[in-house]
Amino acid sequence: MRRLIITAALAAFAIGAPAVAQDTVAITGGRVLTGTSVIENGTVVMRGGRIVSVGTGAAPAGARIVDASGKTVSPGFVAVDSGLGTSEVSSVDGSDDQGNSANTISASFDVSYGLDPWSFTLPVARQGGITRAIVVPSHPGGSGGHNHADDSDFAGVGAGGLQSPGLFAGQASIIHLGQGTEILVKPRVAMVAPFGEAGAGVAGGARGATFTLFKESLAEVRLYARNKAAYDRAGLRDLSLSRADLEALIPVAEGRMPLIVTVNRAADILQVLRLGQEEGVRLILDGAAEGWLVADQIAAANVPVLLNPIMNLPDSFERRAARMENAAGLDAAGVVIAIKGNGGSIHRAKETRYNAGNAVSHGLSYASAIAAITTNPARIFGMAGDFGALAPGAAGDVVIWSGDPLEPLSIATAVFVNGIEQPMETRQTLLARRYMTGGTQASGMPVAYGN
Amino acid sequence: MIFDRLRGPSPAVIACILAGALSLSACATTPDSPDTADAGHSRPESAALATGLDPATSLNPFPSTYQPLPRQNTAIVGATVFTAAGTKIENGVVVVTDGRIAAVGDASTPVPAGHTVVDGRGRFVTPGIIDVHSHLGVYPSPGVQGMSDGNEATSPNTAQVWAEHSIWPQDPGFNTARAGGITTLHILPGSANLFGGRGVTVRNIPSITMQGMKMPGAPYGLKMACGENPSRVYGGRNQSPATGMGNVAGYRAAFIAARDYKAKWDKWRADGEGSPPTRNLQNETLAGVLDGSILIQNHCYRADEMAVMIDIANEFGYKIRTFHHAVEAYKLAPTLAREGICAAMWTGWWGFKMESLDGIEENAAIVDAQQGSCAVIHSDDAELTQRLNQEAAAGLAAGRRLGLNTREEDAIDWITINAARAIGIEDQTGSLEPGKRADIVIWSANPFSVYARADQVFIDGSLSYDRTNPAYQPTTDFELGQPGFGRTPTVAANTGAR
Repeated sequence: MRRLIITAALAAFAIGAPAVAQDTVAITGGRVLTGTSVIENGTVVMRGGRIVSVGTGAAPAGARIVDASGKTVSPGFVAVDSGLGTSEVSSVDGSDDQGNSANTISASFDVSYGLDPWSFTLPVARQGGITRAIVVPSHPGGSGGHNHADDSDFAGVGAGGLQSPGLFAGQASIIHLGQGTEILVKPRVAMVAPFGEAGAGVAGGARGATFTLFKESLAEVRLYARNKAAYDRAGLRDLSLSRADLEALIPVAEGRMPLIVTVNRAADILQVLRLGQEEGVRLILDGAAEGWLVADQIAAANVPVLLNPIMNLPDSFERRAARMENAAGLDAAGVVIAIKGNGGSIHRAKETRYNAGNAVSHGLSYASAIAAITTNPARIFGMAGDFGALAPGAAGDVVIWSGDPLEPLSIATAVFVNGIEQPMETRQTLLARRYMTGGTQASGMPVAYGN
Repeated sequence: MIFDRLRGPSPAVIACILAGALSLSACATTPDSPDTADAGHSRPESAALATGLDPATSLNPFPSTYQPLPRQNTAIVGATVFTAAGTKIENGVVVVTDGRIAAVGDASTPVPAGHTVVDGRGRFVTPGIIDVHSHLGVYPSPGVQGMSDGNEATSPNTAQVWAEHSIWPQDPGFNTARAGGITTLHILPGSANLFGGRGVTVRNIPSITMQGMKMPGAPYGLKMACGENPSRVYGGRNQSPATGMGNVAGYRAAFIAARDYKAKWDKWRADGEGSPPTRNLQNETLAGVLDGSILIQNHCYRADEMAVMIDIANEFGYKIRTFHHAVEAYKLAPTLAREGICAAMWTGWWGFKMESLDGIEENAAIVDAQQGSCAVIHSDDAELTQRLNQEAAAGLAAGRRLGLNTREEDAIDWITINAARAIGIEDQTGSLEPGKRADIVIWSANPFSVYARADQVFIDGSLSYDRTNPAYQPTTDFELGQPGFGRTPTVAANTGAR
């Protein structure tokens, strides 16, 4: 049993090979955004679920030709800090597997087992060009922990925010959004922890306590890792973390698994950067609303940032320096950024592209904005070259757009995931078609008979 | 978009102006209404009540002190103009005189001597954007304890509370909204209660006081809420309403009480006999709904619940002006158009609770396709309000994907003239037509583009925001001296707005 757990905790290899598209597909004539460059009148060729060539050459003989003349071709976008596949209706607890509240299963909480390939949120996100997601456990400080429902949330009643039992929310997975029975690409790609106000809340109320708690936790993990035999025969002092959580944190303590730290205040960011150095932990910052104030320090630490560029309000005391230009400022300083969607990137993951567009209108270069939703997320999560770019060898995740993909007036006209063209139908488009003629059928029968 | 635009004052405004002694309601009225409030009493002088006890003499207890900012006469020349009156004018001219739209037309439109000419070439002009569902000021930034004043969640019926008494004018969100083109907002109480209280329409200018923002002559709204929120809030306390049917019983009981209250006042005013009724602020607001001077602003997601609310309105003889968060409006679009009820919607929000499950991006476009409809895009959110133009663009694109060929010059109505109609100010603003308040946005690009920024925002003809001139970029008291104050991030190249 113990070996099984260790194996599970240490294994970070890809599982669930995608369904393979045998046909060769060539997308021709479009304006191709590769993720790193632009090719006019380009040709993107996919075979066996992967991209085999990107250039200006002719389509290979025998390929299925998809004409993208007058259109724009982009890599599929990557939703970071997402809950896709773990939640259907945010307020319905039984449909939500993104957050866990058991105090013995915090760091060891693994979202991958709760993924639902049949989730109706996936086609909607796909329609917005999303083909991959980094699915993270939710916590009180995260974008998913405070899904904006509507104003009654402020009444202080009802389900309320998630109560995280420990400093660690659990482990993230990478998924693809292709139709099928398996969407997991890679489980346990990162550990998630809130710092700042949310982290203080977990630790007892004060920020300083969060750091003590973190250091103490990692000290326990290291003690446990060195003395597993003693632990198993009850020959080790009592530890505050469960064995499952201790196991899950070993790769974090050893710097093999990155730690996504949700943190917004500039002062907190500096403390977290220092903590990462002291503890030898690989960091990914999430939020970083005030990141631009310490952009040079973040860049110097070589720490990437997941951010939402439209969060420009001082909606808490840790975001008083929030600015629309945060993304541009961090990018200019050399920080690798990934741009998030809205509302926890589940139902509104599709808005990721608009957020990238708004970052552009506030100073981010177009190329950086595209990279922030394609190549950068792949790079941040150790999958550079595997997806997120239109380049030979990368997964066949390709979207054809009616125009500039960052524009709300543009729509996705075709989406390929792992080389397979996806249906564009969603639960929402079915509803729209059912009611577009005024809720009646010519036959006089209710629309319920219309499918 | 397709409706008979009222050329004169709206019924609500007429009711507001005529309120006088016979109405129990109040309006966010013009400074002169305290005088008119005393006119026309039929009861004997001897029956005069002590100060504050007669609703008819207290119609406007918190009068607007709004004054436009300093202004000059202006002509915007050479831009593409969306009038929100059904037209798109290339190379247009918009003439603003004394804070009002004086002329709108093509390049041949004369510019009066002495008007400052603003070069609009390469840019776009729209009416000022109106958000009919805002909690700015009542749920301000920072959203912290001590500032969370939007839900009087102490009783299912709090029709007696007024959102204006919770507005904190120093909410930084007013400034960011203005930078997104918002010139007018309807600020509502939250949706925890069946009757949340009165909403108020404000002009989006910096002010020390709420009264300084309050829009003269705009009717009040009454926030009502259908569905999950009231039943969850009160059911969670083992209190009524705990169900949808409990909600409906609560609405009906309140209007029965209000009808009774109104009848007693009407009788006493007519015959002066006996003791006057005791003034009751809760019933006073509901009576204002019954006499048409206060507009129903009804948070209601589901189509089946909207239909019930329409029946309740018929039972008690009032009109619903607007369904908010109307995510299922598309299922009832013909009915809403026939009833003349506006539907205020999001494009992208769905799935956050059961009653939002069937939210679709095509909602506004489907509603809009009905003759006589009133489709509105609203925010309910301090971030989204900054980008209602983009939310409309996404809705427009979704409609086109479905095969509806909505024109941009009509979709602009969703955030301008239809929004004005939804809150009863369509005779004053919401379109670029002569005589209206000169609420105008000059956009750097087509407002349906994600890259468009509001370059300049005019409210009553006064420049209130300029993207490139710090002298017209106000900061709230709260923002002074905060981390990062006075600084913006260093960016590589401001290729940004197009």
